[in-house]
Amino acid sequence: MGKVATETVLDVNNLKVIFHTYAGDVKALDGVELSVRKGEVLGLVGESGCGKSVTALAVVGLLPPNAEIVSGEALLDGTNLLAMGKDELRLARLRDVAIVFQDPMTYLNPVLSVGLQITEIIASQPDLFIPEMIKNRLEEISAIEKSNGGLTRELQVEREKLQAASDTNRLGNDEQKRLTQLYAISILKSVRLPEPEKVFKMYPFELSGGMRQRAMIAMALVRRPKLLLADEITTALDVTVQAQALQLLQQLKEVIDTSVLLITHDLAVVAEVCDRVAVMYAGNVVEVADVTELYRNPLHPYTQGLLASVPRVDVVAEQKSIQGSVPDLMFPPSGCRFHPRCPKVFEKCPNAKPTLIEVSPGHLVSCFLFGG
Amino acid sequence: MEEGYFLQTVDLFKYFPIRGGMLSRTKAYVKAVDGVSLGVRRGETFGLVGESGCGKTTLGRTIMRLTDSSKGSISLEGEEISRVKGRNLKMVRRRMQMVFQDPYASLDPRQSVRSALVEPMKIHHTASSKSEMNRDAEELIEKVGLNPDHLARFPHEFSGGQRQRIAVAIALAVKPTFIVLDEPTSSLDVSVQAQILKLLKDIQSDMGLTYVFISHNLAVIRQMCPRTAVMYLGRIVELADTQRLFANPKHPYTRALLSSVPIPDPAKRKGLATLQGDVPSPVAIPAGCRFRPRCSYATDTCAKVHPPMVEVEKNHWVECHYNLDFAVSKI
Repeated sequence: MGKVATETVLDVNNLKVIFHTYAGDVKALDGVELSVRKGEVLGLVGESGCGKSVTALAVVGLLPPNAEIVSGEALLDGTNLLAMGKDELRLARLRDVAIVFQDPMTYLNPVLSVGLQITEIIASQPDLFIPEMIKNRLEEISAIEKSNGGLTRELQVEREKLQAASDTNRLGNDEQKRLTQLYAISILKSVRLPEPEKVFKMYPFELSGGMRQRAMIAMALVRRPKLLLADEITTALDVTVQAQALQLLQQLKEVIDTSVLLITHDLAVVAEVCDRVAVMYAGNVVEVADVTELYRNPLHPYTQGLLASVPRVDVVAEQKSIQGSVPDLMFPPSGCRFHPRCPKVFEKCPNAKPTLIEVSPGHLVSCFLFGG
Repeated sequence: MEEGYFLQTVDLFKYFPIRGGMLSRTKAYVKAVDGVSLGVRRGETFGLVGESGCGKTTLGRTIMRLTDSSKGSISLEGEEISRVKGRNLKMVRRRMQMVFQDPYASLDPRQSVRSALVEPMKIHHTASSKSEMNRDAEELIEKVGLNPDHLARFPHEFSGGQRQRIAVAIALAVKPTFIVLDEPTSSLDVSVQAQILKLLKDIQSDMGLTYVFISHNLAVIRQMCPRTAVMYLGRIVELADTQRLFANPKHPYTRALLSSVPIPDPAKRKGLATLQGDVPSPVAIPAGCRFRPRCSYATDTCAKVHPPMVEVEKNHWVECHYNLDFAVSKI
């Protein structure tokens, strides 16, 4: 992309996914091209069924058993996630890439306390977390020292012990347990959950929707991932709570220095928080651009239609709809999959598939009107 | 409030008892609708906006008489309907219909579109013969932008947007004068949402209908409704012309809602969060002003005294002790 090489965290190339069903094969992804740059929030937008979530699930290897990855690669810092074995991928999910889903109630275990669900992650690979946990506790102790102007004897002893342990990165069983709990509570605190010690012991049903989503984000952050896939994380939330969650996401992104792929159908959310946007339609990425560029100068007829159909809270204007509806991907349209709904369709469109090409620096579009 | 409203509620309450313990005694109440007074003018689209759990759907259902109110009055074209029963209730029901949020749940999967359209005609005897019913059904299905071939099909053969068109056609089958639209586009994609909103507007001007439009989506409310009421925890906290409400909100909650909504234009980024915490439970509503625990302008008075509904400017009602000024330029 462009002349200046920008560092990317994730590169998805030519990803094709088919779902085998009794009724026939659903061609869900038809060669998705996508890259997430280091430190950015990339918005992945599109209507329901366009393949946004499937893309994310494929990347983290969580597709259902009836899905088949026909071709493509997903490079995380150069390593192909799709070629990994089960154990290797599990480790990658634990360390490098995390995913947060739309409906926290479905993904939180209802019979385990929030705290247990977080400490469980740590306990599965303690070696991965011990240095971080020690560092975190030492920072806490320093913070106490600063605010109280000194330390109690116990804390002084604890600090010495921890400093000794940080050389070897080994902890006794009880000590490890204690630190794990403290670390989990500090993570809960970092997602602004009120009274994190209490929340640690609570069960998901005791939390409100907004708090559950924070708990989910907390679980994703335990690992300080390089890449966070946020799949419609605010869709089930009310606007005031959504605003809190989006603000949190932006702040956390800075703190833990991660990149975010924000999957959403809400173009207003994208405009508010994303750096760049990729628009998906029927299993393809059809346009990619900087957020300002995309909203000011949308090129793909689908992007134009989508933007024109969004009702706005700041001005009263007639919304235009896109004629027709999203195609059934069991029988996707030939050529450009948007051609049956496209107002600018011409002879070439039904007969060939356009490719995603760069028409101006950083602005990619897949449409024959622009060469394709 | 002024006289001659098409639909009016006065001090309407709906409490749901929570039973438990020995002999299933009532332990507490969910105060879903907690004293709502509003008036809807003939032919208008009256917006009802609020976050989930604020009681907007219960209010809609109570007005529809799908659930009985605990206290208070509802009048439709001057006629008290909150306690009518039996045959009289059936006559009222013919005049008002409802369109629900989820067209996947509101349509019977085993009923063909034709049968779903004809059933209310049979119940309310709005057509005299079978051929008349069929003719009406065909007219209806064309009115909502589908074609008569679709009548023989079943709901699973349609997309979400098409299903919602069918739900609208069913609501229109008995020729009502009043429709409650409960989040009619919330489960639809934006490109389809625009189609349905346009359809609803066209039908309204065609048939002279009066709408109550329930939504959590402030952008949709702005496009659809000339007047809007904002609900919070079972009460209306602000009611005004939509234009005025959005430009010059007077209640701190309305202001917070408006500034939480992202705008689909990166040039207008503003940083969103202005409210902390969640909506309190409608079982234990805070004393005094119910918004007080989340309000940054709260004083001691707010904790003790329930604020009265005041008309701060003509047709602009606010339930707040203070006449705050949040004109948009100042936010």
